[in-house]
Amino acid sequence: MRIAIASGKGGTGKTTLSVNLAKYSSLHHRTLLADLDVEEPNSGVFIRGKKLAEQEVFRMVPFWEEKKCTLCGKCPYYCRFNAVLRLGEKIVIMPELCHSCYACSELCPVNALPMVADPHGIISHYLSDSLDFVEGRLHIGEEQAPPLIKETVKYTDNLRPAFEMEFWDSPPGTSCPVITATYGADLVILVTEPTPFGLYDLQLAAETMRKIGKQTAIVVNRIGIGNDDVFKYCAEQGLSVWATIPDRREIAELYSRGELIYPEIEEYRKAIDVILQRIKDIEGQLCEK
Amino acid sequence: MREIVIISGKGGTGKTSVAASLAFITGERAVMGDCDVDAADLHLILDPDILERDDFFSGVKAEIDQNTCNGCGKCHEVCRFDAVLIAGSTCRIEPLKCEGCGYCSYVCPVDAIDLKEQNIGECYISRTRAGSYMAHSRLGIGADNSGKLVTRVKRDARSLAEKTKNDYIIIDGSPGIGCPVIASLSGADFALMVTEPTRSGIHDLQRVWELSRNFKIPTGCLINKNDLNHQMSKEIETYLHNNGIRFLGAIPYDTDFHKALSRGQSVIEYNPERWKPFFRELWNKIRE
Amino acid sequence: MKIAFTSSGTDWDAQIDPRFGRTDYLLLYDEDSDKLSAHDNREIHNVGHGAGPKTAEKLYTLKPDVLITGNGPGGNAQNILSRMNVQIYTGASGMTIREAYQAYKDNKLR
Repeated sequence: MRIAIASGKGGTGKTTLSVNLAKYSSLHHRTLLADLDVEEPNSGVFIRGKKLAEQEVFRMVPFWEEKKCTLCGKCPYYCRFNAVLRLGEKIVIMPELCHSCYACSELCPVNALPMVADPHGIISHYLSDSLDFVEGRLHIGEEQAPPLIKETVKYTDNLRPAFEMEFWDSPPGTSCPVITATYGADLVILVTEPTPFGLYDLQLAAETMRKIGKQTAIVVNRIGIGNDDVFKYCAEQGLSVWATIPDRREIAELYSRGELIYPEIEEYRKAIDVILQRIKDIEGQLCEK
Repeated sequence: MREIVIISGKGGTGKTSVAASLAFITGERAVMGDCDVDAADLHLILDPDILERDDFFSGVKAEIDQNTCNGCGKCHEVCRFDAVLIAGSTCRIEPLKCEGCGYCSYVCPVDAIDLKEQNIGECYISRTRAGSYMAHSRLGIGADNSGKLVTRVKRDARSLAEKTKNDYIIIDGSPGIGCPVIASLSGADFALMVTEPTRSGIHDLQRVWELSRNFKIPTGCLINKNDLNHQMSKEIETYLHNNGIRFLGAIPYDTDFHKALSRGQSVIEYNPERWKPFFRELWNKIRE
Repeated sequence: MKIAFTSSGTDWDAQIDPRFGRTDYLLLYDEDSDKLSAHDNREIHNVGHGAGPKTAEKLYTLKPDVLITGNGPGGNAQNILSRMNVQIYTGASGMTIREAYQAYKDNKLR
């Protein structure tokens, strides 16, 4: 089962939940935690383990072969992302802006723009007790998350033996990176808070998941800081709230020290138990089909 | 006219709450701009009355004219994003996958492919509960943020300030460190960084400082939820001191913020005795 | 020497545009011929990503020796500008083009 953990906004406790779910699950099942928040992967703060492997990831970007170029001026016109510019007699490539569409390269009449590998990011694989942890991390200055997210998912696909449970810590928000990260998931858990901010961003996230056809479950974090509107919304929309987690200062403190929550806080562990049980139920249903 | 931008690096540090509180301190004397376009939340506290609305266009997606298409499939051959589907005798674009590179439109032998500008959101000009004018926006599902929308909101805020002869513009900036943040900071007179004493908070603070320093914008920093980890708070204060960033104060972890928020209020309205003096003090420090 | 300015208008009394990538106009002052020319950059407002490099590309065609602006170019624009032989001066926000030029001459800019 592949479960993506996402949220409409940052700061809802998504990473904390992903890490704790994965660690707890790994006590009984072969489990993977993947950090797909490649611009700012921070679940690694909580996971200490042995590094098993590291893989450089590249993107294909054009390279200007000055000697072959006739300065026809077509390539800056073909590039819609301003990644190919003409400065007088020189063509300049901005790899950060390139979307790797290959248009400039394949349409160049004299083949002066071959595509070459440009360092994009790193995939790291750790083993923490019995939990496999894979992290995708963009190099500083790289602007595009989707290519690395796809590669990280591919890397996890190739790991053997296959995992019983996979938890994917996804980027926050509702744009391209999130859609890429949740694309291959069987189920998406949305973490939210019972405040107007949380509700508003949950609406955006839930709509996005509906648009891409993903089964969704809700976890409401920090109960006590707000009101019931979030629950009313979920009931109206037919969204199932699987668990609620109380707002505890101790949880925030443990988080700030990079420590796991469930060994210390009983309610958190109970919430995780419930979530894992609901996942098993869904798994059962999927198998029956 | 002075522009103050509030940024934070990571989400959830309390940036928007700070912006809303400052809005209530300044009232009519400042124009607000919500550039946090991925999750435009400022309006939830300021409850603006929308006065003007405008469609926002950005980016293109390919569209194949089904009458002109001859089904040759050349578009399918060149598309690197699996966005072209061959359905029977014609080809179709899958909008969610299309990146708008235009390659298909360049190679179509019968000119059946158009690149259509996408209406991805709306821009608004409103009047807030605090008495100030506000420029803000809303992005559609799956739409990509960019410097373009942030710039539009800032421009609207600027025109509002000019029209109402306001001296100050307060911008709730975009989180993160990419293009939208750069656009948020561009042209600012002062940057207020809001951070928290966690590993990721510090890390993002440093990255955001790189940007602000690059632009040579005078910068100050507020540490939110500082009593969660005193050691880290001290670490942050040292970092600020070493980098010439003004330390503007610390806010302890306080449930007032959530309680106020769940009533759609700012802390200034919820508990004025506690918070009005703090934020007034903060505003005075910023104005120096 | 040719001096370029990021501007919100087309003449000496216009305000310096503090931004580079999304500046409305690029003005060029040719000290030798004492001529000020205005170059419209407003189509940049249609650009989502890559505004900085695109404006830098336009600036290149003006062949300036000096660029005077407010906050300065962002990372991507910097990348392109560093390949041109142009000296960049910042700190002119809030000034008119005329004032900015004087400040440059008086060594008051960064």
